[in-house]
Parts: sequence; structure tokens; C-alpha cells
Amino acid sequence: MAADAEPNERPLPAWSLPAGAMDRIRLELDWPGVTRDWALEGATGKGVRVCVLDSGVEKGHPKIGEIAGAVAVSIGEDGEPVVAADEEGDLCGHGTACAGVIRALAPECELFSARVLGAGFTGSGPILLAGLRWAVEQGFDVINMSLSTTKRQFADVLHDLADTAYFNRTILVASAHNMPVESYPWRFSSVISVGSHEEPDSLAFFYNPDPPVEFFARGVDVDLAWIGGGTIRATGNSFATPHMSGICALVRSKHPELTPFQLKSVLQLIADNVGGKEDNVGGKE
Amino acid sequence: MSEDGLRAAVAAGVIGADQAYSSLLRSIVEVARAIFNAQRSSIFLYDEEADELVFEAVAGEEEQGLVGSRLPSSTGIVGWTLVSRQPLVIEDLSQDPRHARDVAEQTGYVPKGLMSVPLLFEERALGVLQVLDRPQRPGFSLQEMELLGLFANQAAIALDLLQRSRRAKAALETGGGDIAVVARVAAALDELVDEDRGRALRLLEALEDVLTGK
Repeated sequence: MAADAEPNERPLPAWSLPAGAMDRIRLELDWPGVTRDWALEGATGKGVRVCVLDSGVEKGHPKIGEIAGAVAVSIGEDGEPVVAADEEGDLCGHGTACAGVIRALAPECELFSARVLGAGFTGSGPILLAGLRWAVEQGFDVINMSLSTTKRQFADVLHDLADTAYFNRTILVASAHNMPVESYPWRFSSVISVGSHEEPDSLAFFYNPDPPVEFFARGVDVDLAWIGGGTIRATGNSFATPHMSGICALVRSKHPELTPFQLKSVLQLIADNVGGKEDNVGGKE
Repeated sequence: MSEDGLRAAVAAGVIGADQAYSSLLRSIVEVARAIFNAQRSSIFLYDEEADELVFEAVAGEEEQGLVGSRLPSSTGIVGWTLVSRQPLVIEDLSQDPRHARDVAEQTGYVPKGLMSVPLLFEERALGVLQVLDRPQRPGFSLQEMELLGLFANQAAIALDLLQRSRRAKAALETGGGDIAVVARVAAALDELVDEDRGRALRLLEALEDVLTGK
């Protein structure tokens, strides 16, 4: 029971805060000044597990290196989605591109691939949900989702999964739509939603004070790993998203204690348009 | 109006409408090609029954033979665009050996670069619009991406109209061969003008008198 917990333990979830229980939620975090250096300097992504939910990732790509694990989701004989080891790799190139961006930014993170594309458009909604559910259950630190659905029938389940990830300290990073359509999960406030900016700096990102899109990351003219061991140059929010995932992996590797809420706060404080490249922006003394 | 009368009236609007919507799609890809100064532009329609993407409209006379050919619905860049519902622009695709091989087999043309955008209408993904080989420029702009999105929106509306028209036509045809004849006659009448139309109407009115025993 929570009341029996040691003072330094913080059992989750905490449903209420009884009188005198302040020690249970006291955070030892010392944020003397949230700067880019505090958040990112020396970070490599080490110890952080990142899952790319996409078209698969090409094994042995020179810009990606070792993949810690890969699964593919398909519809089984009983009509239900099944998750199995991925033997095919990338069926398009896009997942490889996303993995390459994350690897370049966070070279020591552990990369996983969950392929949710390639088994036909029919059934792609349940496959997407099953892939995300699998990734959330694995407790990855960061899930990159350069995908969305416009089907309202999936919105509630996606919302639940996004919230489950949020409460389990999994950062779900999702591509925003730059088209006038309702789509998910990027619109949910429990995810980090990403649009593109035109700057050539992979570490530059901007906080958007006019949501629903929360952050803008590099998404224009990006050099990317692609299938066949090569590279291409491409543009799209779907490439801005892994930039934000890579940055999240860096912050997470240096500050693993951060919850998704705290991580979002840090990202806002170190964003380029919030003066993040100057010292002592967040906690100026 | 009786149910059959209503059907005939609907039929007059439906017969030939899909051809008009196909022309609209063709016009959209022609304009997209011109605006982006591109080599090619195509619209793919998602065929739900076959779970495939079908070339529905292609810009340029010499490419019309491609209309009707099919691609997998969820692999390759066009499939990724449909399933992910995300637009993307790739500049140097010739370095992708798989894409080059697959696309060459299907179309005989391997693009160096492409813009690919999903066609979304309400909550449905209806297909994909692609613009191939626009001139390479240093620095792609997000304004171009927005322009592509506007074209996609227009194409999605046209695609939705085309699908509605085809469904209505199929419903009429499966509703009985008799009503399909009436539909064709109504559509033919709709095409006539001036004296021809007057003569045809008088003939039909005489036929109506005979059929109704007036």
C-alpha cells in the first residue's frame, strides 16, 4: 500500500495526497536553470529505447547499424492482428529514413522497429492500433509515429493508448497533418505533435504557442537513410517527427527521471524561439 | 413522383456523370503538372474490393495507357502515402533500386523525384495524388507543400463525386435492366438540344400515353 512505502518511493499512480504525505511526492529534481546544455550536452541516447512504428527498418543499413528488435503486425487467419518477428525489413523506405534520423541524433539509443504497413490498406487501422498497443506494452521510452488515421472509429482506442503511454512514461511523438482534415493521434494532448520548419539544423526546434501542433522540427530537404543501403533527400512532417523523437531520446538519456509532462516542459523551455540557445532561460537566477 | 420516376430522374444525372468527374480529375492532374512545371502527375483511386490502387487519371496524352493499371495498396511510396495519410516529397528517388524496379515494371517510367499526397475526404482515404519530376531547386519550400495540399483537397472532392456516381450507377444497373434502359434514354435526351430535343420529347410523351393508357 502507498502508506507503507518508503519515503523515497513514489508508488504510481498516486490517486490522492493525504495530509502529511508531502514526502511521497517530493521530487529531488534540481533544475537550476533549464538550458540546452542542461538538457542535451553530452547526451547520446544511451539507455533509451526508441521504437519506430512505420514501414519497417532495413537491417544493416550503414547509417543505422544494429536494430535491437523488429516485429511486423499483420492480420491473422482468425481476422485478428498478430505481432510476429519481422523477416522482411522495410517495404517502402520511410521507416528506414525515420530510424536513420533518430540514430544520427541519438547514436547510442536502442532502436526497435514495429512494422504496421505492407499487409494491405484493408485492415491497416486495426494493424496500426495493434502495433501501437504492442509498443506501449513494451514500455519503450520513445515511440516515433509518423503516421495518422482519419477514421473516427479508431480515435477512442488511440486516445486511450496515448494516455496509457503518457502515464507509463512513454513519450509518443506523432506527425501533425498540414492538411485540413481531422486525424489522430497527433491531436491528442498526451502526445508530442510535430510539424516542419525549413531550417537546415537537425537540433533546431520551435515551440508553437498556437496549438494543436506543439513543436516544429526539421522536415525540409532532409538527407535520409533509404532502402538499398543508400540515402535520399526528402521533405515532410513525417521526417520532422523523428527529429523530435531523437531530441526526446537525448533528453531522456540524460534525465531519465522526467515524465512526459516534464519532458514537454523542458522542450518548451529549450526551444529555439523561447531563447533556448541562451543560458539560464528556464530558471534564471 | 413514383419510385421508378425518381430512379429515372436520378439516372439522367448519373449516366455520364462519372465521365465528367473523370475529366475533372484529368484536369486537376494537368493543372498540377503545369503549376509545378513537372513531367507527370497522376491520381490513384483506392479500390476497396481488390485492396489495390488504380491509376485513375494521368496528365498527358501519351500516358493515357496507364489509366486502369494497378499497384499494391500499402507498399512502396504510394502505398505508404495512402496508409500513413502523410504527404511527402522525395528529390532523388533514382537511388532507390527497389522503387526504380517496381515503378518501371508498372509504368515504364522511373522518376527522379516525386511529391506524394493522400487524398482525404471526411474520414476516408480515397487515393493518392503524385507529381513527378518537377525541376529540382535548392531549397524546397513549405509553401509548395501547402499548394500540393490544396490540389489534393480538390482532387479528393472530385474523387468522392466519382465514387458516388459509380455507386449510384451500379445501384441502378443492379436494380433491373428495364430501369437501365430508361436511364440511358434519359441521359441521351439530356444531350439533345433545340429541335432534336423537341422531337424526342414529343416521341417520349406519345410513348408515355401508350404505356399509361391515356
